[in-house]
Amino acid sequence: MGKYIRRRLLHALPTIFIPLVLVFFLLRLAPGDPAVQILGDNATPEQIAALRTQLGLDQPLPIQFLLWLKGLFTLQLGDSLFFHKPVLELIPAYAAVTLQLTFFALVIAMVIGLSAGIAASLLRGKILDRGIIGVMVFSISLPEFWLALVLIFVFAVTLRWFPVAGYVSFDEGVWASLATLVLPALAIGVRQAALLTRMTRSAMLDVLDEPYVTTARAQGLPEATVIGRYTLRTAAVPVVTVIGLSVSYLLSGAVAIELIFSLPGMGKLLVDAVSRRDYPVVEGSVLTIAVTLVVVNLIVDLVYAWLDPRIRLK
Amino acid sequence: MTNISQTNPVLDVKNLAVTLTIYGRPVPVVTNVSFQVRAGEAVALVGESGCGKTMTARAIIGLPPDGARVGGSIQLEGRELTTLSKKDRRKLGGSRIGFIFQEPMTSLHPTLTVGAQLCDTLRTHLDLGRKEARDRAAQLLDRVGIPRATAMLDSYIHQLSGGMRQRVMIALAVSCKPALIIADEPTTALDVTIQAQVLDLLKEMRSELGLAMLYITHDLEVVSDFCDRAVVMYAGDIVEEGPVASILTAPHHHYTRGLIGAIPAHDEDRKRLTLIKGQVPPLGAWPAGCRFAPRCPRADEVCLKHPALEPFEESAVRCWHPVELKKKETSTLG
Ligand SMILES: Nc1ncnc2c1ncn2[C@@H]1O[C@H](COP(=O)(O)OP(=O)(O)O)[C@@H](O)[C@H]1O
Ligand code: SF4
Ligand SMILES: [Mg+2]
Repeated sequence: MGKYIRRRLLHALPTIFIPLVLVFFLLRLAPGDPAVQILGDNATPEQIAALRTQLGLDQPLPIQFLLWLKGLFTLQLGDSLFFHKPVLELIPAYAAVTLQLTFFALVIAMVIGLSAGIAASLLRGKILDRGIIGVMVFSISLPEFWLALVLIFVFAVTLRWFPVAGYVSFDEGVWASLATLVLPALAIGVRQAALLTRMTRSAMLDVLDEPYVTTARAQGLPEATVIGRYTLRTAAVPVVTVIGLSVSYLLSGAVAIELIFSLPGMGKLLVDAVSRRDYPVVEGSVLTIAVTLVVVNLIVDLVYAWLDPRIRLK
Repeated sequence: MTNISQTNPVLDVKNLAVTLTIYGRPVPVVTNVSFQVRAGEAVALVGESGCGKTMTARAIIGLPPDGARVGGSIQLEGRELTTLSKKDRRKLGGSRIGFIFQEPMTSLHPTLTVGAQLCDTLRTHLDLGRKEARDRAAQLLDRVGIPRATAMLDSYIHQLSGGMRQRVMIALAVSCKPALIIADEPTTALDVTIQAQVLDLLKEMRSELGLAMLYITHDLEVVSDFCDRAVVMYAGDIVEEGPVASILTAPHHHYTRGLIGAIPAHDEDRKRLTLIKGQVPPLGAWPAGCRFAPRCPRADEVCLKHPALEPFEESAVRCWHPVELKKKETSTLG
């Protein structure tokens, strides 16, 4: 098992490293000078040159890259050029908002997706099954931004059940905080719920046709055991893969939807940092997101191995 | 055999009919099937692939395919099954009827241990604690000839050989000492050498537990010293039924004759019999008269009417022109 985890982690390294290298070069090759951004339009060329030296921007690109690599491996991500605070201190508050939103959306997607998918599979061909399929196909086709706007219009502007935008932190009240997350979580969660419904339903149908399910019934096991233990156990394997993908989509969806709902999460941090040419913050944010994705994938792999001894015992 | 035929049947099937719905049209798969299996008796259900043997078995255990309609009566130990609630009927599986499937690899759960599957059945039907069930499961594995039984409880089916898998399946089927075992071609998926071992094990279990057994096979000769009677099926019909010995040596139905002839010949007499020409007619395309007529060397215009299953010598035969036992066969076949 330990070997399995180590192998998975080794595979994950490029997943973290490649986006970071890409971001490094894209930022530096793109037009725009952080020194100008920081000092403003009235700065003299001397001031700008001094700041460039101070930031190491006057060095040739390969040297910058080597220094950057060294910083990366020693986790010295530097200070924000804008906030004048270490990046590692800056990120957690923003990351927390994004993670809350992602987690909330994931709960919505899983609760709806798993229960609707299982129900549909058990009622194969019946009216409820068809109804669920209909709603599912419709939901998959909804663009997230459009859904966000509709949700805001209906539930925030017209019904006034939830705030239009903005964020209340957990410390200021759990319910008030959740209320600010409901609409964004729905906006990104509905599509994933629909995708998960589809996957769960088809995985269940596949397994329900397996001879070993017939054996379980022929052995007289109660239907609850046949479904809960003999069917779900194997149907869960492909579903877990889709949940892992969902988390990736939800994370990126969260980053994007934060802008519509003015939530102070990684998306806002990242977009602001890019427009300010705040290199260390951009790189720190990308690193955080990449590491999160790797951790999610590792968890999926572990659940996988736990569910299927054929993987575990290989 | 006299003592057996006087006891009450363990399984009594009367006029069993299974109809599937294919493209919205009802299509019969099994028609008018009646037979009995008495305590201690083993009955072979024989026929080519696609004749409805598995369908018959699945109708008996109440697990026909989705959308199938089952008619007729099925009595187990004097109890009518077709009128039972789904739940009550379910409980008889594993406790009174054990089912041995053809493909142990796909018929056992891939990600539950052998022990877990055995314990699930044991604890569903018997009042056993976790530890007791596990001990009983180990005993069962030991009994069916699996070495290091206790350690094997924690293995998965993909770690076992084909023969071992089928032994597990047998352990599962007999775990709660059922009255009836239905074995659906239990050795077809196995190597020839392993087949004999599994058959021997089934023999042992049968005499040890006094089981009634319905043994489904397409090769009657393999089970000739094992089964008392044979029921021959063709295209959803029983075409012949009688003692195995007489069916093997002197089949009355032309289909049975062909079927026996399809077994590799051992003596001169048998070699004259050829394989049956043609194929089992597909579902929905059965002839209105004798369903075997298109393949039968003896068919004539009388056979355009569907014959009934009539007593004939020691057996029962569904044929207008049954082959007579006494008369030395001279007609040319095929
Ligand atoms: N679920 C099903 N749907 C449609 N046709 C089926 C189904 N199961 C079996 N059949 C058909 O029913 C007939 C009898 O099948 P089966 O009982 O499995 O035959 P046997 O066990 O004698 O080989 C075959 O023609 C088979 O193709
Ligand atoms: S009834 Fe006629 S066609 Fe059918 S088996 Fe007998 S002789 Fe052949
Ligand atoms: Mg079959």
